Amino acid sequence: MAERLPPKERTKIPRQAMPERDALERAHNFCEVNSGFDLALAEKEAQRCLACADPKCVHGCPVGVKVREVVDLVIEGEYLKAAAKLREDNVLPAVTGRVCPQETQCEGACILGKRFAPLAIGHIERFVADYERQTGEAGLPTPAPPTGKKVAIVGSGPAGLSCAGDLILKGHHVTVFEALHEIGGVLLYGIPEFRLPKDIVQTEVANLGRMGVEFQTNVVIGKTITVDELLNEMGYDAVFVATGAGLPKFMNIPGEHLGGVYSANEFLTRVNLMKAYDADHYDSPVYSCANRNVAIIGGGNTAMDGVRSALRLGAKNAYIIYRRSEAEMPARVEEVHHAKDEGVQFMTLHNPVEFIGNDEGFLTGMRLQKMELGAPDDSGRRRPVPMPGSEFLLPIDVAVIAIGTGANPLVQSTTPDMQTNKWGYIVADEATLRTTKRGVFAGGDIVSGSATVILAMGAGRTAARSIHEFLNTGVW
Amino acid sequence: MNQLATSMFSIVEAWFLAPDIKLLKIQAPLIARKRKAGQFVIVRVHEHGERIPLTIADADPGLGTITIIVQGIGKTTRQVNLLNAGDALLDVVGPLGNPSDIRLFGSVAVIGGGVGTAIAYPTAVALKEVGNFVISIVGARSKELVIMEEEMRATSDELFVVTDDGSYGRQGLVTDMLRELIEAGRSIDHVLAIGPIPMMQAVAEVTRPHKIATTVSLNPIMVDGTGMCGGCRVLVGNESRFACVEGPEFNAHAVDFRMLAQRNRLYRSQEQAALKKFENWLQYALDPTPCCQLEKEHPEIGPRSHT
Ligand SMILES: Cc1cc2nc3c(=O)[nH]c(=O)nc-3n(C[C@H](O)[C@H](O)[C@H](O)COP(=O)(O)OP(=O)(O)OC[C@H]3O[C@@H](n4cnc5c(N)ncnc54)[C@H](O)[C@@H]3O)c2cc1C
Ligand SMILES: Cc1cc2nc3c(=O)[nH]c(=O)nc-3n(C[C@H](O)[C@H](O)[C@H](O)COP(=O)(O)OP(=O)(O)OC[C@H]3O[C@@H](n4cnc5c(N)ncnc54)[C@H](O)[C@@H]3O)c2cc1C
Ligand code: SF4
Ligand code: SF4
Ligand code: FES
Repeated sequence: MAERLPPKERTKIPRQAMPERDALERAHNFCEVNSGFDLALAEKEAQRCLACADPKCVHGCPVGVKVREVVDLVIEGEYLKAAAKLREDNVLPAVTGRVCPQETQCEGACILGKRFAPLAIGHIERFVADYERQTGEAGLPTPAPPTGKKVAIVGSGPAGLSCAGDLILKGHHVTVFEALHEIGGVLLYGIPEFRLPKDIVQTEVANLGRMGVEFQTNVVIGKTITVDELLNEMGYDAVFVATGAGLPKFMNIPGEHLGGVYSANEFLTRVNLMKAYDADHYDSPVYSCANRNVAIIGGGNTAMDGVRSALRLGAKNAYIIYRRSEAEMPARVEEVHHAKDEGVQFMTLHNPVEFIGNDEGFLTGMRLQKMELGAPDDSGRRRPVPMPGSEFLLPIDVAVIAIGTGANPLVQSTTPDMQTNKWGYIVADEATLRTTKRGVFAGGDIVSGSATVILAMGAGRTAARSIHEFLNTGVW
Repeated sequence: MNQLATSMFSIVEAWFLAPDIKLLKIQAPLIARKRKAGQFVIVRVHEHGERIPLTIADADPGLGTITIIVQGIGKTTRQVNLLNAGDALLDVVGPLGNPSDIRLFGSVAVIGGGVGTAIAYPTAVALKEVGNFVISIVGARSKELVIMEEEMRATSDELFVVTDDGSYGRQGLVTDMLRELIEAGRSIDHVLAIGPIPMMQAVAEVTRPHKIATTVSLNPIMVDGTGMCGGCRVLVGNESRFACVEGPEFNAHAVDFRMLAQRNRLYRSQEQAALKKFENWLQYALDPTPCCQLEKEHPEIGPRSHT
């Protein structure tokens, strides 16, 4: 427990750095890179907060986490209370503390950032959540008495899990249906262990299970069961579709079928979900990266996860190939820094135009074109323009395409009265997340397109509120 | 409570149809109720296993069972084939893929090579049910590897068995038989060919000059089976298609078989190493203690339930 320092003293404290494993050591294993604040670091960092009357940080957070109050509780040493405060708005704080793009959200809005470095809100959030988990004192709230209403949730990513958590508290019967054999969505099959240890996700899932949420893995809605069957034959009163944006995009350039060319989804699924990095103990293979040249195409979080996984699988050279400049990269700043420290080579302003292979159909290289930045495009970012005559060949054995994902049509195509937009995403009312089909709600990446964990979680909670209202009133 | 898919995938019956080819009936009520001819499941045997696709050869919605027929060619399929009634599969998901295109074509030749006969069987049944004249050609390397002959006979108007070595039926390849039928002027309106890639490619070349519409069921390497990874992409008419959600059946005359064969060799060295390790282990593991084989191989997963 500590006293608050006077404002002048607060700004003298430098932003506390996140302790992390040595870059060269960690680049060869899948252990978590950041080791987290200890009590002393957390308190010292918390002391930097100016306790603003109108905390900008709260507005910067998509779900409005009460950052200032959480920080106050940390200074007072009331960590479990801080955790409870966090959970009022954020059901997966150990996850968001690790993976939110804080620099554009809470920390991007923090007033300290105007003259100094912003408060390390993500690190504090992570500390509080980890403290709660490690002391094993997560005080699970007790669900309301059973209402007799049943809700089916399709997809177990952050949107589905947070919706399940809120609805179970209201006393509804909740079943989460997941196509894969494990629960967690992208948190499990996409984001690697070294950034988000799987046991964190599994602890949260286990907590939901203890509160009464029922999980059904190996069920593909649209195939095993349709949405109509859920509503009619199986007696669910409402359905929340949270299937994510899991359809991989390819580049449609020559040579994409060569052995060694992967979508980021496949590469990361093999490595994370199927644990191909532990070939002695797991049966799913991944095309060997050891002592080879590996290129990841893209500049987002997925690309950083891919390239850093490749390094850990023993790549001799691991490249990021991105057609714009580093300033336009959508990845979290921390991931870009970590990747560089670990030895990833960044080839920005380069774009592949062809994959080249040998007679047996294996990838041997990639023809790259140099780019320069032209006028801003619709997204406000400067458009990359090819430089004539700049093509050259880069020897490559493995290529991973991480240029984004689209909407998987399995649920939509079997639910014809649920409207989709021209890209195949589900149309849902912004405020209520109702779709055009009675009783069916949708949210997360399958509505917004690829976004973030916290936005998906926010959508799950919004859906829970309007599902609860629908179940109570029966009014659509 | 609803009966739900994940409750159990216990094996209720299992026996060998031929050396290394095993038939297993599995408790999977939701899949049994839904499946149509031509669809498949993805199976994972144990906690550390890979996900592999297997065609649903038959189903009994009443009993809630599906039938799979598995040829033990690598580590995972051999593990499946070690299982017996009373054991269970950890994960079974489906039914995946599009159902076969079942229409009244007229006269249809159904060609099955090796374990492909088992994959073609449910579609042959469905084709027969809608009134087609079904001519089946069942091919195998030798007599002991001929499977499903009786079942195929029961659903066919005519049946021919061919073996590479002539140890049973006619000596030759399925394509020799097909060519003979075509040259004899038999009317064949549609061909369905399922088997090893070279066989399907050869069938496509036999029917192409005669402009006989030909369907093949492709077997690329899959992971999720739901369109999420793109690993199963095949080139059809120079377009990239995901076999798990857009197939597995495609027009044989548009398929790039060379590409498919190349992609299926992607993990050859890892697969061979895994199989070798597994076979070595099998050698000393074949002691008579009554415990599940998998449990011995992976003590870390703990005892498996035997119900
Ligand atoms: C590699 C990678 C790294 C990322 N890094 C970050 C990061 O650092 N920070 C951040 O904020 N965001 C990050 N993101 C984005 C973030 O993970 C997503 O925005 C978020 O997970 C979306 O949540 P969701 O619940 O909508 O869907 P998902 O997490 O995609 O979950 C959807 C689930 O639905 C299941 N499903 C799909 N179809 C069916 C069906 N028919 N039946 C049953 N189940 C089905 C899927 O298997 C999946 O489990 C990353 C994404 C990726 C791919
Ligand atoms: C839609 C579909 C339906 C199938 N139905 C049947 C069936 O009913 N009965 C049957 O015996 N076989 C079937 N197969 C083939 C079966 O999936 C493979 O034999 C099996 O995956 C091999 O695994 P393994 O570990 O035993 O062998 P491995 O040694 O790992 O591989 C041997 C060969 O099998 C192929 N293969 C490997 N992994 C996969 C994978 N994950 N997915 C697909 N192919 C792979 C590759 O060509 C490889 O060279 C089907 C395949 C597909 C795509
Ligand atoms: S949830 Fe994300 S954006 Fe909100 S306060 Fe936490 S780290 Fe910041
Ligand atoms: S804006 Fe920054 S300084 Fe102000 S309360 Fe929020 S975290 Fe503290
Ligand atoms: S198996 Fe993954 S997309 Fe087909």
